[in-house]
Amino acid sequence: MKSNLKWIQLAIVFVLIIALPAFFPSGYYYRVGALIFVNALSVVGLVILIGYAGQISLGHAGFAGIGAYACALGPDYVGLHPAFSVILGAVVSAGMAALIGKPILRLKGYYLAVATLGFGILVSMVLTNERALTGGPDGTAVAKLGLRSWLKDAGIKLSSGEFWYLVCGAVLLIGVWIALNLFHSATGRAMRALHGSEVAARTVGIDVAQVKLQAFVISAVYASVAGSLLALQNKFITPDVAGFMHSIEMVTMAVLGGVNSVLGATLGAAILTLLPQVLTIFAEYEQLVMGLVMILVMIFLPKGLLPSIAARLRGRGE
Amino acid sequence: MDALMQFLLSGMTVGAVYALVALGFTIIYNASDVVNFAQGEFVMLGGMTTVFAHAAGLPLPLAAVIAIALTALVGVALNKLAIEPARGAPVVSLIIITIGASIFIRGAAQLVFDKQLHRFPSFSGDEPIRLLGAAILPQSLWVVGGAFAVFFGLWAFFTKTLTGKAVLATANNRLAAQLVGINTGWVMTLSFSLSAAIGALAGVLVTPITLVAYDVGVGLALKGFAAAMLGGMGNPKGALVGGILLGLLEAMTAGYLSSQYKDAVAFIVILAVLFAMPQGLFGAKHTERV
Repeated sequence: MKSNLKWIQLAIVFVLIIALPAFFPSGYYYRVGALIFVNALSVVGLVILIGYAGQISLGHAGFAGIGAYACALGPDYVGLHPAFSVILGAVVSAGMAALIGKPILRLKGYYLAVATLGFGILVSMVLTNERALTGGPDGTAVAKLGLRSWLKDAGIKLSSGEFWYLVCGAVLLIGVWIALNLFHSATGRAMRALHGSEVAARTVGIDVAQVKLQAFVISAVYASVAGSLLALQNKFITPDVAGFMHSIEMVTMAVLGGVNSVLGATLGAAILTLLPQVLTIFAEYEQLVMGLVMILVMIFLPKGLLPSIAARLRGRGE
Repeated sequence: MDALMQFLLSGMTVGAVYALVALGFTIIYNASDVVNFAQGEFVMLGGMTTVFAHAAGLPLPLAAVIAIALTALVGVALNKLAIEPARGAPVVSLIIITIGASIFIRGAAQLVFDKQLHRFPSFSGDEPIRLLGAAILPQSLWVVGGAFAVFFGLWAFFTKTLTGKAVLATANNRLAAQLVGINTGWVMTLSFSLSAAIGALAGVLVTPITLVAYDVGVGLALKGFAAAMLGGMGNPKGALVGGILLGLLEAMTAGYLSSQYKDAVAFIVILAVLFAMPQGLFGAKHTERV
């Protein structure tokens, strides 16, 4: 039953990725779609951290920044192929998360929020200030992945938009699959147990510190890969990717859609990515609407959109 | 030596502003257990409203009073419309609500006012005062004096008046306070308006020095928060000391190390404090009850 649910959720994501382009009025929407998938990927990481393990982070954009700049700097400074730079970024992010996660994750609630926030802001400051290395606030160019021209030689012709739509969609699908598997694994159950009660989890023999650290490291890798994908498809990156507002955006997407649900978080990412696109006509009102949406959803749908809708559909269930 | 004195004075000025923001945080945190990420927006509203009221022809003191009163109203509205309806929600939700409120207020300010940098004249002229080989603006004395006045005012309010004690009682245990006849809803209104008014006062005092624009709030909120953390969340004495300490650290970093990384100090301080002594300088120890 449970594992049926996993395959249903995976199938929904898969079908959406494949079917959506049929409704795209223009090629531009492939870009928007790819952006949604990238955001959804980092948000799925946050579902593992916030939804499964119950730990908050307001600094995950820092890891996205590390992933993005690994792709920008890896080819130039280490001579790595961009594809391997993604892995380099993920490794650095994981190492960093493990390093700071140990002391930070002892903290709870607001204290944890602020500690992670501090970390994220420090990363973005380094990216902004080390001009010689990162190009400073103006950003820096990112090398081409080269996979598209390779595909072209093999006879598969894709526009840049279509290509990145498919790549990001595929990576998201893998991310969702891993997250759903984790949910039912021993580690995932341990995460959910400590979310319920740390003391109770410790009593039944769960190494609370270790499990929290695992959730933190895994979610950092998700954010890092998302950052890398963003850098590679835009071929350009600025320190904004690591900024405070990006961290907030990620958490809001997760909570908006439903932080306990991988599918909900993906929905949240889609909505908040689309909102600014829709609001371009009312550019001055964007912040106003964004703030209002955040407040209203938290008050009226505290569990997030998808779980609230699901609960309503099921009648008075849950 | 002169340079050191100069850094100390400018650090004190900036620190006093952080202290005022941190005091505002403290009041709301004590009353409702909410960390209000929109605290910096109160400072912005105080400064911006004064600028526009003054530009509309009102005398500066009147413009300042109107700004503080209006901001206090915004504080009350924040509590009634956004925080009270979400009572008992998890920390993540409350963080998103107050951040949402801060984005909303910023968006509204950008529409109602504009996106330019503004200032109004200093209260006592712009002639620097020489002090031990360094120069200090008269306005800086207003800022530092304001921070200490607010601190002592709050201290007297919380220890000497019945209303102040009612606020403390509510902070301690909402239900128990209700049982002894304290109108806790009113206490919340009072706390939010007080906190917003203090933020607005900070905005009024500091605008002649640092200028104000619709987006100055985020940075101030984070710094004020760092200050409150450094001193120990929920402790007014900690907020004051933490604010001034943070201001001094920033000024020293800018002066002797790197002005680029001046803003990093606050966050390094946060991390260091949280690693070494999670309760801050003056915070009480807590244990989780099972």
